[in-house]
Amino acid sequence: MSAVLESTGVLPSEALHQQPVAELSHVTKRYANGILALDGLSLNLHRGEIVALLGPNGAGKSTAVKLMMGLSTPTSGAVRIFASDPRHTATRLRTGVMLQVGRAPEMLRVREHVNIFRGYYPNPMPYTDLVKAAGLKGIEDRMFGQLSGGQKQRTLFALALAGDPDLIFLDEPTVGLDIEARRGMWAQIRSLAARGKTVLLTTHYLEEADALAHRIVVINKRRVVCEGTPAEVKSLGAGTSGVASSRTLKIIRCVTELPVGTILAIPGVTTTEAHADCVVINSTQAERALREMLALDPTLHSLEVASPALEDAFLALTAE
Amino acid sequence: MPIAAFALPATQSNTLARNLRIFLTEARYEFVRLLRTRAFSLSVIGFPVVFYLFFGLIMNRGEQIGSVLVAKYMLAGYAVFGMVGAALFGIGVGLSSEIAAGWMELKRASPMPPAAYLLAKCCSAAAFGVVIVSLLTVLGITMSHVSITLSEYAGMLGLTLAGVIPFACMGMAIALLVPYNSAPGVTNMIYLPISFLGGLWIPIMMLPHFLQKFAVLLPTYHLEQLMLRTFGYVSTGTAISHWLGLLGFTLIMLGIATIAFRRSEQNS
Repeated sequence: MSAVLESTGVLPSEALHQQPVAELSHVTKRYANGILALDGLSLNLHRGEIVALLGPNGAGKSTAVKLMMGLSTPTSGAVRIFASDPRHTATRLRTGVMLQVGRAPEMLRVREHVNIFRGYYPNPMPYTDLVKAAGLKGIEDRMFGQLSGGQKQRTLFALALAGDPDLIFLDEPTVGLDIEARRGMWAQIRSLAARGKTVLLTTHYLEEADALAHRIVVINKRRVVCEGTPAEVKSLGAGTSGVASSRTLKIIRCVTELPVGTILAIPGVTTTEAHADCVVINSTQAERALREMLALDPTLHSLEVASPALEDAFLALTAE
Repeated sequence: MPIAAFALPATQSNTLARNLRIFLTEARYEFVRLLRTRAFSLSVIGFPVVFYLFFGLIMNRGEQIGSVLVAKYMLAGYAVFGMVGAALFGIGVGLSSEIAAGWMELKRASPMPPAAYLLAKCCSAAAFGVVIVSLLTVLGITMSHVSITLSEYAGMLGLTLAGVIPFACMGMAIALLVPYNSAPGVTNMIYLPISFLGGLWIPIMMLPHFLQKFAVLLPTYHLEQLMLRTFGYVSTGTAISHWLGLLGFTLIMLGIATIAFRRSEQNS
């Protein structure tokens, strides 16, 4: 990284700017009971980006997040947050955390919870801003125990933002939220990133990762199996390894009399599968393939063109 | 470099002030939370009050054994019984619930100093202890003409504040070792026997001889003996031996809690 910066003549201040906000390098974590949770995992988070960490249960996501929060130490490798130890108070003052909490103390009011957390930071986010950002208006005086699932999530979101942190960990932030509240939280997360904050998101809603993340990191079996923009990850999972660099993969479905061999000969077509009722074609130049196929086969019908779904990519990437 | 050297003392005092402020907030809200949790506040205050009322005041109304007023003698026992309950249930059960819910993890990931959290729990338990001891004292004075001098009362409060510590450590050990679902049950299974065997309900010399010997191992016994001393009722052992007994118990519990915490941290 530094060699690249020097050769392009970037000023030191800019180089500093580009230093990752969070850095896991070659991290291995083996618990005392012998379970290997991470195996040589490397991951960088940069300023102003939203990164979604995906992976099946037990892949090592929560271990990676715990290491970054300083709740755990790596067996080997290094974890640096703001180029320092995640366990230092100075580091924690710049990070905010939203974890899946079963019960926060139930007999405290939302307002009290928020103010307790604001008190941890020397320059907390103003109370009214927090209430607005997390959508807590009207429930501030309720006891935590009286809140609905979605209201609890929003309160926990407010706790993560209480210190106006530069790095925010969000573990399944929108579980239990209705569609409107989920969209609201997405908008807040986007505006955080727009203000230069870094957000690390773990989620089971692939739609959420797709809609929010600048970058998706897929973890499987204790290591990173794939990372890139949502579009890149999707085309990676859908195509063969040859289209790894393609960002324009489309899936074409239609009923056609053309033989498979003819379709495969069209430039950009990577795979063709003939099913009983239709043909499924993966192409990196969908428009060209369509033009040629329509010209060759006037009977072609039931045409559908779709982008690969993140869900398919995810399943393909994390398959056994 | 010189700037850093100049800045250091200021940052240190800033850190101290910040930690103190956080601790005070935590302690205040922990107390408020416990007070609002009726299941806790009613039973932790109610049980010693009702027990003292029945067994200390009504059943032994005006009774005196030698120069010892039974109602006053029993006050020491039930005062200890009350504050031990506040410490074990406030810290043991409270902490195990917060660990199970993942709340402690969130707190640990925050910039809150961990000591502020534990100390706040300890102080709230002590505050409940003060409330309980004061209530019992008022009951004794009004219902059984127990005479308590101001210095005796101050001594009781001092012992309450110090006496919470060993039981807070015991509560911590329970919270770290026992799963949340069984924490209240396990706590009761410890709390009630050590209260009885420590002589909090029935004066220690009325227990069978072998149990009297066993009581030396119990922190409840040592704390009650110290409490009796503030009333001038000296029965067994020296003050130093009782303080050492409490200190030893505290260290053992701290050791257990530390090992349990390390173990859980390594496996999670």
